[in-house]
Amino acid sequence: MSTIKPNYTRPLDFKQGRVDMTHGSGGRAMAQLIDELFVAAFDNEFLRQMNDQARFPAPQGRMVMSTDSHVVSPLFFPGGDIGCLSVHGTINDVAMSGAKPLYLSASFILEEGFPLADLKRIVESMARAAHGAGVPIVTGDTKVVEQGKGDGVFITTTGIGVVPDGVNISGERARPGDKILVSGTLGDHGVAVMSLRENLTFHTSIQSDTAALHGLVAAMVAAVHDIHVLRDPTRGGLATTLNEIARQSAVGMMLHEDQLPIREQVRAACEFLGLDPLYVANEGKLAAICAPEDAERLLQAMRAHPLGCDAAVVGEVIEDPHHFVQMETAFGGRRVVDWLTGEQLPRIC
Amino acid sequence: MKYVDEFRDGALAKNIAANIAREADPRRSYYLMEFCGGHTHAISRYGIADLLPANVRMIHGPGCPVCVLPAGRVENAIRLAQEPGLILCCYGDLLRVPAANGMSLLKAKARGADVRMVYSSADAVKIAQENSQQQVVFFAIGFETTTPPTAVAIRQAQALGLKNFSVFCNHVLTPSAISHILQSPEIRQLGVLTLDGFIGPAHVSTVIGSRPYEYFAEEFQKPVVIAGFEPLDVMQAILMLVRQLNGGRAEVENEFSRAVTRDGNVKAQLLVAEVFELRRVFEWRGLGLIPYSALRIKAQYADYDAELRFKVPPLSIPDNRACECGAILRGVKRPQDCKLFGTACTPDNPVGSCMVSSEGACAAHYSYGRFREAA
Repeated sequence: MSTIKPNYTRPLDFKQGRVDMTHGSGGRAMAQLIDELFVAAFDNEFLRQMNDQARFPAPQGRMVMSTDSHVVSPLFFPGGDIGCLSVHGTINDVAMSGAKPLYLSASFILEEGFPLADLKRIVESMARAAHGAGVPIVTGDTKVVEQGKGDGVFITTTGIGVVPDGVNISGERARPGDKILVSGTLGDHGVAVMSLRENLTFHTSIQSDTAALHGLVAAMVAAVHDIHVLRDPTRGGLATTLNEIARQSAVGMMLHEDQLPIREQVRAACEFLGLDPLYVANEGKLAAICAPEDAERLLQAMRAHPLGCDAAVVGEVIEDPHHFVQMETAFGGRRVVDWLTGEQLPRIC
Repeated sequence: MKYVDEFRDGALAKNIAANIAREADPRRSYYLMEFCGGHTHAISRYGIADLLPANVRMIHGPGCPVCVLPAGRVENAIRLAQEPGLILCCYGDLLRVPAANGMSLLKAKARGADVRMVYSSADAVKIAQENSQQQVVFFAIGFETTTPPTAVAIRQAQALGLKNFSVFCNHVLTPSAISHILQSPEIRQLGVLTLDGFIGPAHVSTVIGSRPYEYFAEEFQKPVVIAGFEPLDVMQAILMLVRQLNGGRAEVENEFSRAVTRDGNVKAQLLVAEVFELRRVFEWRGLGLIPYSALRIKAQYADYDAELRFKVPPLSIPDNRACECGAILRGVKRPQDCKLFGTACTPDNPVGSCMVSSEGACAAHYSYGRFREAA
C-alpha cells in the first residue's frame, strides 16, 4: 500500500514557525493560515461559508459603522494585547452611538518574520474578546509585507451595529447645563503601555483597562434614554475627547479636578514622566453627557455595572463662544484644558 | 501621593491667599519675577494668578532651558542629526524647537534623521554602547540642574572607553541670566520694567545653593525667595516676598529648605568643575550675547566634545522679526502683547521658542490661561 496521503498538509508550526511572504500570496500557505488559525479561532457560521464576504440579514433600524486601525507598540502589555484591543476598540466606537454592535471584520498586515506563536496568541486573544462581547468576526483579510516594512502586526477592525429606536446620541448634542460623567479611572491604558516602552521601563501594577463597553452603554441607555453624548476617550485622553465634543456642540466645559477619578499609581507615573493624566489614553472608559436632571440616574446605572463602578460626575457643559474646556484646579485656580499639542512630550526638569 | 499632595492642598492655598490679600499694600504694586520655567508652569497649571490680588503681578522669567536656546544651536543640532549614520539623543521638549525655515528636530526625524528622545543622559551613553558602529551625540541643554548628569555621562563614556559618544554642550548658568536682566537698560535706565523681587529657582538651587543669589539681593536691592515647584511653595514664596517688600528688606530667603542649603550640592559642583569650564560668551535666545553665561567641555575631555569632533560652526540665526520672545524672556512684555501670539504662533506651530515648552511663558499662557483674555 502506498503511504502517500493525497490531501495531507503538514500543520503550521506554531512553536518555531514565522510568517513568510507566502502567507500573503493567495496560495496554499495562505489558505492554510486562514484555516488553521483564523477560522479555527474565530469560528462562526459566517466564516465557515468560506466566502470573500459575510452575508447576513439586514437588521431593522439605523445602522452604524466604524473602523479602527491598531498599531500599538509593544504588542503585548499588562492587561491586554493588540488582539483584544482591536476588538474592544471598534466595538466601543460602534457602541458610543448607543448601538448594539453586531458584526466585526478584521484585516491583518503581518511583517515577514513575525513569529507564528505570537500571531496565534494575538488571534486567540481577539477570539476571546469577540466571543466575550458576543460580537462575531465574520470576515477578514491578511497581507504580508517584507521585513522592515511593518512593525510585527497591524490590525484593522471594522464593526457594524444597529441603534435602538428613539436613541439619539451624538457629539453635537451637548447643551449648557448638561453634566459630564466618566465611567471610571483615567489613564490606566496609557500608563500600562508606557511602562514597557524601551526607554522608559518602570515597574507598575497598573493594567490596561481594555474592555468592550457596549454592555455598559446598554445599561446606561436603559436607565436614561436621552443621553446626549457618549465617547470613549482613547488617544489624547479625556482632554482631547472633551475638546472635540465642545467644538462639535459649540459649547464650553468646566471640569472639577478634585472629582476626576485617577488612580494613585497613574498620578505618580504621570508625575515623574512629566505627563498629564487627562491626556493619557484609555481603552475601557467612556465619557457621557446628559441633562442635569438625568445625571444622578445615569451615574447610578453606571456604578451598578462592573465596568462603571468608579463612575463620577466630573463637570458640566457651559456657554462659551470660544469653546474652551476649562478646569477648576484642586488648588483653587482655573485653567484651560487644551487640545493636545503634537505628542505629549516630557518636560526636561 | 505622599510628599506631593501636601504641597497642593487647596485649603492651605486659600489661607496663604488670604494672607497675601491682607498684607499686600493696596497703595502699591508688587511685580515679582519667577525665574524658572518650572514655576511658570506651576503658576499656569494650578491657576495661581486667580488666587492673587490685582496688585500682585507675576512676570515670567527666562528660566526655561528650551526657550533660551538660540536657533543657531538648534540648527547645528539638526545638521548633526542629518549626518549619515549619526544618532542624536535629546530631551523630549527639544524636539519641537523651531530653528531656521520652520525646521525642527522632529521634522528632521520625519525626513530620516536618527533623533532619539531620552529621559536621561545615561540613556544616551547606553545607546552609544549598543550602537558601537555609529556616532552618538547627546544634545545637552539646561541650567545647573541638568549639567551634573551630563558630566556623569562624559565620565562614564571615558570609563567605558567609548569612542563613538560625544556631547554637544549648551549648558547655561542661572546667575548670569539674572544679572543680565537686572542690568538691562529697561530696568536700570529706562525704568520701563519694574521688578520688585524674584522667586528663585528650585532645582537649580539644590545644586548651586542659595549663596549665589546673595549678590543680587545686596547689589540690586531685590529680595529673592527660593521656592519649590509645587503650587503651595509658590504661594508661600509670594507671601514672603510681599513681607520683605513691605518691610523694606532685600534678603535671600529659602522657602525650599527641604531641599536647598546655602552651599548646595558640593559634590555635583565639583563634578561640573572637573568636566566643564566657562565660555567667554554665549548667545541666549531673546537675551543676546551674555558674557560668561555658559559652559563648555574642558580640554582634557575634548575627545567627548561634539563641537570639536564634528567641527560645529558658530551660527547665529535671527528670530522672526515680529516675535517678541526676547522682550517676553526679559519680562518687558507679556505673551499676549505679541502680535504673533495665538495667531501665527501656537503650540502646534511655534514661531518663537517661548511657545514650545510648557515651561515657556507663551505656551503656558496659551495652554492654560488664555481664557482670561477671552473673558
